[in-house]
Amino acid sequence: MASSATMMQTTAAAPEARGCALALEGIGHSFGGTIALDAIDLAVAPGELIALLGPSGCGKTTLLQIIAGFVQPSRGSVAFDQQRVDRTPANRRRIGMVFQNYALFPHLTVAENVAYGLRARKAPGAMVRSRVAEMLARVQMTTFGNRFPRQLSGGQQQRVALARALAIDPVLVLLDEPFSALDKNLRLDMQIEIKNLLKSCGVTSIMVTHDQEEALSMADRIVVLNKGRIEQIDTPDALYDAPASLFVNGFIGHANFLAGRTAGARGLVHLAAGAALVLREATQRTAETDVTVSIRPENLTLFERERPGAIPATVRVAMPLGAVSVIECVLASGETVKVSQSRAAWSGQPGAPAWLGITDTTKIHVFDTPRGSPSII
Amino acid sequence: MSSPSRAYGELAPALPLALVFVGAFVLPLIALVAISFYRTPEFLDLSPVQYLRFLSDPFSLRVLADTVMLGLEVALCALVLAYPLALVYVASGAVVRMILTFLILLPLLTSTVVRTFAWIVILGRDGIVNATMLSLGLWDSPARLLYSWGGLVLALTQIQLPLMALPLINSLLRLDGNLAKAAEGLGAGRFRVFFTVILPLTLPGAIAGGLLVFAAAATAFITQTLVGGGRIILMPSYIYQQSMGVQDWPFAAALSLIFTVAVVGIVAAIGALSRLMTRGQHAT
Repeated sequence: MASSATMMQTTAAAPEARGCALALEGIGHSFGGTIALDAIDLAVAPGELIALLGPSGCGKTTLLQIIAGFVQPSRGSVAFDQQRVDRTPANRRRIGMVFQNYALFPHLTVAENVAYGLRARKAPGAMVRSRVAEMLARVQMTTFGNRFPRQLSGGQQQRVALARALAIDPVLVLLDEPFSALDKNLRLDMQIEIKNLLKSCGVTSIMVTHDQEEALSMADRIVVLNKGRIEQIDTPDALYDAPASLFVNGFIGHANFLAGRTAGARGLVHLAAGAALVLREATQRTAETDVTVSIRPENLTLFERERPGAIPATVRVAMPLGAVSVIECVLASGETVKVSQSRAAWSGQPGAPAWLGITDTTKIHVFDTPRGSPSII
Repeated sequence: MSSPSRAYGELAPALPLALVFVGAFVLPLIALVAISFYRTPEFLDLSPVQYLRFLSDPFSLRVLADTVMLGLEVALCALVLAYPLALVYVASGAVVRMILTFLILLPLLTSTVVRTFAWIVILGRDGIVNATMLSLGLWDSPARLLYSWGGLVLALTQIQLPLMALPLINSLLRLDGNLAKAAEGLGAGRFRVFFTVILPLTLPGAIAGGLLVFAAAATAFITQTLVGGGRIILMPSYIYQQSMGVQDWPFAAALSLIFTVAVVGIVAAIGALSRLMTRGQHAT
């Protein structure tokens, strides 16, 4: 097998080499007795940008560490371009890793940080210098080469971390919560910048995040993880429009969950809040099944007068958020519902009675109510 | 901001310690300086002759050089032994850490005399090492381990090791674990990770421990005397010999001051050098 140093030199001639394909099969991992990951299967195409999304403790960081080679999985296999790398240590995998706190070497200058991976691969001095200059230019940090990391802002440190990771011409870039240490205002700019950079390099990238907006704005496809298992793998649009589970529906975007019970085979659902809806997704279920009905806030409209099919509600609070207002209402069942609509369309005051209309019943999702959860019907 | 009287009030609790410090340290030190300037052991005539005597005497200079060398050698040995120990400690789980902490602290809880006698038992002519090697047939005759330079360095290294290990462990614990992972991910092997990331970033801890070990080993009168024996003359025993034996107090006082200045000077120089070297990594 070729050493990493020679691989580095042969590929350095073509810096735009495409990333590798990544295949995870049956990955499982246990810490002590607790299962952190179970039955993870994932195939990533070269150049794809994947987000591992889930709440804290869902196993997403462990999965990233397994791909990086810092953690040996208890079960399953990891392959880069159909080559199994399970037994390959992290320093032989040609991965570029960007850490949550960037993990820049505090005793080295920006240029020395970027050069670190090249020096570790014993690249010749002239090549190191030209590659460092090229990478710093790519992240617009050319004038900062002689600074120390502590002299940089968060966004600048992140650029350096990315330049350091990309300098070794990795087959795979791994980003661990890359934006969590940044100001909210800076975050969107950096997301755009980094997405462009990763795409222009054509490198395969996996990022870990608990922030759904980050995942939706960055990723080609999102892997939603919950309790160590994959809930759904899909494009951002598909996750939003066709969530495979109640968990995904609640985790991606905002959703109002209303308790209901099916009545008959034609998709009729009686809501606890006191209305009956005919829902396409309810047709598969037998009558008298407890279901949870999910309606997105933007799929609801508030009316000041009663109208057929509308659900009676009381306005609790209205929050103007620029282009839209978010209005929280309480239903007769005690359930609260958020409505998102244009600010001009609603002028009612808190405490006022109102009626909720549904804009498009085909966008409503129906899930079986999880066992053990209290029924309010 | 605060008035002078208030500032004095805040210092009042430190007064008892300050009195002890002045009475037991500053005054004797002044007395030592005064004594060192007498020309004869009978305290006649003031003159710097004792210092000139030291500087022109090859034997005395040799004793000072040997003592400094001993301190440096012990500090280096302790450093080399303490790094693996500290790395194992940091990589271990809670239970192993507790056991290691106990083992590291144990020597500090034992009297120096006891620890030194243990080494005499181990290194002596009929000691454990000689007995084992002879019974295994590996050595033909007992080797001279006790009263040798190597034996002294070994014993002092073991005795002073906690002073090295504790600052080093503290440094390693404060090191961001992601830094080593970042280096590894960038293709660095274990040795490169250690020498380019871990060592430079824990150098302040290593230097702090090294200085403690150096000062402690160079001045370890009991261990030097018992393990080194009469054949190895070092500054502490030289001072003892000149004062209690020969009763030449002015020369002994001069020796004490020269030794103190040498040890403090080396400690200050190495400390300054390390601050200069690691300036880049500290917030300004």
